[in-house]
Amino acid sequence: MLAAFFFYLFATVCVGAAFMVIAARNPVHAVLFLILAFFNAAGLFVLLGAEFLAMILVVVYVGAVLVLFLFVVMMLDVDFAELRAGFLKFLPVGALVGLVLLVELVFILAAWVTAPDIVAQAPTPPAALISNTEAIGQILYTRYVYLFQAAGLILLVAMIGAIVLTLHHKRYVRRQSIAEQVGRTREESVELVEVESGRGLS
Amino acid sequence: MQAWTGKRPERMAEWWTSYGLPTALVAAHSLTLIVILLLIVAFLLYADRKVWAAVQMRRGPNVVGPFGLLQSFADLLKFVFKEPIIPAGANKGIFLLAPLITAGLAIAAWAVIPVDKGWAVADINVGILYIFAISSLQVYGVIMAGWASNSKYAFLAALRSAAQMVSYEVSIGFVIITVLLVAGSLNLSAIVEAQDSAWGLLGWYWLPMLPMFVVFFISLLAETNRPPFDLLEAESELVAGFMVEYSSTPYMLFMLGEYVAILLLCALGTVMFLGGWLPPFPVPPFTWIPGVLWFVLKVCFLFFLVAMVKAFVPRYRYDQLMRLGWKVFLPLSLAAVVIVAAVLQLIRGA
Repeated sequence: MLAAFFFYLFATVCVGAAFMVIAARNPVHAVLFLILAFFNAAGLFVLLGAEFLAMILVVVYVGAVLVLFLFVVMMLDVDFAELRAGFLKFLPVGALVGLVLLVELVFILAAWVTAPDIVAQAPTPPAALISNTEAIGQILYTRYVYLFQAAGLILLVAMIGAIVLTLHHKRYVRRQSIAEQVGRTREESVELVEVESGRGLS
Repeated sequence: MQAWTGKRPERMAEWWTSYGLPTALVAAHSLTLIVILLLIVAFLLYADRKVWAAVQMRRGPNVVGPFGLLQSFADLLKFVFKEPIIPAGANKGIFLLAPLITAGLAIAAWAVIPVDKGWAVADINVGILYIFAISSLQVYGVIMAGWASNSKYAFLAALRSAAQMVSYEVSIGFVIITVLLVAGSLNLSAIVEAQDSAWGLLGWYWLPMLPMFVVFFISLLAETNRPPFDLLEAESELVAGFMVEYSSTPYMLFMLGEYVAILLLCALGTVMFLGGWLPPFPVPPFTWIPGVLWFVLKVCFLFFLVAMVKAFVPRYRYDQLMRLGWKVFLPLSLAAVVIVAAVLQLIRGA
């Protein structure tokens, strides 16, 4: 009963927040609602017994990705009235994407009914024997290890690409070389000069 | 009718034992933890100021109560009774939400900390990930406060400190991974128990993983914006960073959240490197002392180090801070993950 209560709580807040993401006028509010939606999705994962996924969802999406979202939205002066002007023009495209997603979701859910043998093949070890962190590790690093590495490589390439796009060396800029600073000795950097009174240094 | 009236109290009792009682117990447990935590924070604030004063050969707070012990409570009253000022251009809801989030998250993370064997409010399997997740959310309090204040100083400071918190999270994450590899569990109690050996304090992880302990400690300072990395507050340059528009209770909530977060990371360091509730020497006079006392002592020791660093070290420059995080700690901790994993594989065999 308690689990059901929390399920409906998380689910309601999640759907409500997701709706507010597209309904909010202020883009910063929209991102904050997205955070709320992710948070409640993490709560739903916990209820399913997938606490590892829940924590990773919070760490990766809420803790890192949405921070960047928030940065971008706060820095850019997004004019929502201008965005809304094209609403009707883009409505058919948006509706089509939404429809495709809906059909796919229906297919996935229908697989439980139409092809129960495939669903049963999914390697889910009994929850009592093994924690789900261990279960994910065992399948991720054995059966899907190449896909996993490929995903990591794609991220690496994306990261290097972003750095290459934004990094440009300016020529006449003085840079601090920490190693050089630390490696200085007294002999090469300080000199004691005897100056005669009234003469000064030439 | 007879059966129905007879059944009702029974069902009530059943509901009570299966749902009501556990919920009430957890609530009572959490409330006790929060009260004790806030009391400890009040005295740690005082201790922090006293340590700082002692290093600078001042007296520090010494007026309110014996030795000034009640100073934090006087401050609390002062904060609460002042008028909260909300700037005219501020986004009111988010402006007030930000300090609540900061303080709330900092306290929420304490739910999984095992202060003694089996004394955690929630002894969950992924305890350390939970703490990491919650502390990675701390950055939202800062960004929201900076943006909602509608002031350029607050906003710029918020950007700086958000960048700082995000950078040092990376190295803390890798340090946590090395500890996880050695302990073989994500559960905080299991990590403490993995350090239990006949060697006592030499068996705790601070010794075999000394470089990681140092990296963790410095990242702790940067993550919680303590001096020498207090670039978000930087009272001599930025007045108060992202909190510049805050006053009264909202400001106090930021302060509270900051100190609870420091204490949380000290507790995490205690669990990961200093053996949690374990006594330093596993022989009778030390094992008689309850574990919770050892835990509190170790957390206080780490906090003392944090307070001393504040007194000793001048503030970092911002670019040096970023360099330290990305060019020193990140490669170092990344290499440590590989080395620790390789060593473990060699020792334990394939």
